[in-house]
Amino acid sequence: MELTVISGKGGTGKTTIALALSELVKDAVKADCDVDAPNLYLFYDGRDIRKEYFYGEKKAVIDKKFCSGCNECEKVCQFDAIKDSKVDFFKCEGCGACILVCPHSAISLKEKKTADVYITQTNKGIISRAQMEVGSEGSGKLITMLRSNARKFADGNALIIIDGSPGIGCPVISSITGSDAVLIVTEPTQSGLEDFVRVMELCRHFGVITFACINKYDINEKKAEEIENFCRKNDVYLIGKIPFDDTVMKSIKELKPIVFYEGSKANQAIRQMWDNICKYIKYLNQ
Amino acid sequence: MQGWAWEQAGDSEGEGRLNIAILSGKGGTGKTTISTNLSVITGANYIDCDVEEPNGFIFLKPSQIKREEVKVDYPVVDSSRCTLCGECAKVCQFNALVKTKKDIMLFEKLCHGCHACGIVCKQSALTFGKRIIGTIEEGQYGNLICKRGILNVGEPMAVPVIRRLLKNLPTGTNLIDCAPGTSCNVVSSLQYADGAILVTEPSSFGLHDLKMAVQLVRSFNLPFGVVINKHNTEDDRIQTYCEKENIEILGVIPYRREAAEVYSSGKMIVELPEYKEIFEEIAERLREVFPWNLQ
Repeated sequence: MELTVISGKGGTGKTTIALALSELVKDAVKADCDVDAPNLYLFYDGRDIRKEYFYGEKKAVIDKKFCSGCNECEKVCQFDAIKDSKVDFFKCEGCGACILVCPHSAISLKEKKTADVYITQTNKGIISRAQMEVGSEGSGKLITMLRSNARKFADGNALIIIDGSPGIGCPVISSITGSDAVLIVTEPTQSGLEDFVRVMELCRHFGVITFACINKYDINEKKAEEIENFCRKNDVYLIGKIPFDDTVMKSIKELKPIVFYEGSKANQAIRQMWDNICKYIKYLNQ
Repeated sequence: MQGWAWEQAGDSEGEGRLNIAILSGKGGTGKTTISTNLSVITGANYIDCDVEEPNGFIFLKPSQIKREEVKVDYPVVDSSRCTLCGECAKVCQFNALVKTKKDIMLFEKLCHGCHACGIVCKQSALTFGKRIIGTIEEGQYGNLICKRGILNVGEPMAVPVIRRLLKNLPTGTNLIDCAPGTSCNVVSSLQYADGAILVTEPSSFGLHDLKMAVQLVRSFNLPFGVVINKHNTEDDRIQTYCEKENIEILGVIPYRREAAEVYSSGKMIVELPEYKEIFEEIAERLREVFPWNLQ
């Protein structure tokens, strides 16, 4: 089973919560699909047991030897990526339209490595993760690969926890489609609420079972209530309210998952939330 | 200090504009807080390029909003001309077209609107329609111009919305509030930037992702500085890193629960006198390093 943790807005606590949940389950496999800011592995002294390259982009390359400077390529490029027979790699989307119009066959597409993909073995199971080349396309295909890698290491009914990225675009869509359930981590702020609404619509659009939790709910209890009401009206299962707790900062500083801090209020709330998730999943599977 | 020299400035479109990108790597470090509050303090225009989750207007609440739809091209197959040769599907780099036994199927959300399919079609069976993927909004906050892009929910590609938004920037100084991360959305925004402010927070996550953002702005050869948000006195890892890397720290914004509460209800934190002072200092710092016509 795959549980994807996303948030819409960044910095609401996805990684903290994804990590905590994975620690509460025996043999959970983790996939860090927040490839722009992959922070999950920072918590572990892991060993990379497999490494491969991911080629996620193609770029047009003009061979000067054959180019006559006729500028047909420039005229046909929809992305303004060619000027005076030079390709701007940041603008080129690798569509190859220029190749089709070049009378001298001077243009070809070159594949570009956009990420190193790792399987990391830790003392708490496998992490499927990637290190993207800075500035590369945050491609959905890379996310698909990370999920498929995680699946290879998840025996039978083992839980796969996916730490997703912020936003509602391509990487998020790729991390929720086909997932068994999504957990949206939001925060009681106006930004959190508005982003929550959008990301929830996205989940609905793709028809995935959606849970929600409010992190640091007591920062603004009025906003938290607005989020609760919204969930109720829209049939989203609100399965957890996690209080603001300084121990969370401490746990990030000490790089130790929050579930190991006995007295922590956040820890207790996250454990309670996990029980709720299990109950719902059981109920939904009936 | 990291080169703030004017001659390093990047590719801003046209004269009379100074575009400063605000980015972070990690999400939720306070890009929008810094951009909106700095806009108000400095009189710079505010441009929200985080089109997947644009939040700046929550705080600035601009008036007299004008809207414009963002449309992208997609191929339309004229089945009376199509011979099902499948060349269009073969040439599509994005697998947006699939040839079946009966017809050519389009997966419109995969389509980049590149027209390659139209070029290879020998029967001229393809024409191009337009579909809406988002909106650009422009409004006023006092004398400031506020613009934002909004990607429609369910659309995977934010870049066309960002490009449209940045095509016609107002003259003067523009603060560009970027998406989190270091991939295509941010890259598209940086293409128009003359300088950058990197927002981070003092944690191992913040530092890890800051390093990625630094790598990105350096690859663009942009002058930049760092703002440390949510600062607590115990953790100085960001300062240590910046010192080692010779990066200018433009400001340090302390964490206070009071500020978090003001933010949570959609208000500007410069309404708190302590924070107003801090933002004025940051603005002062920016004026020193940029030839910037600020009010």
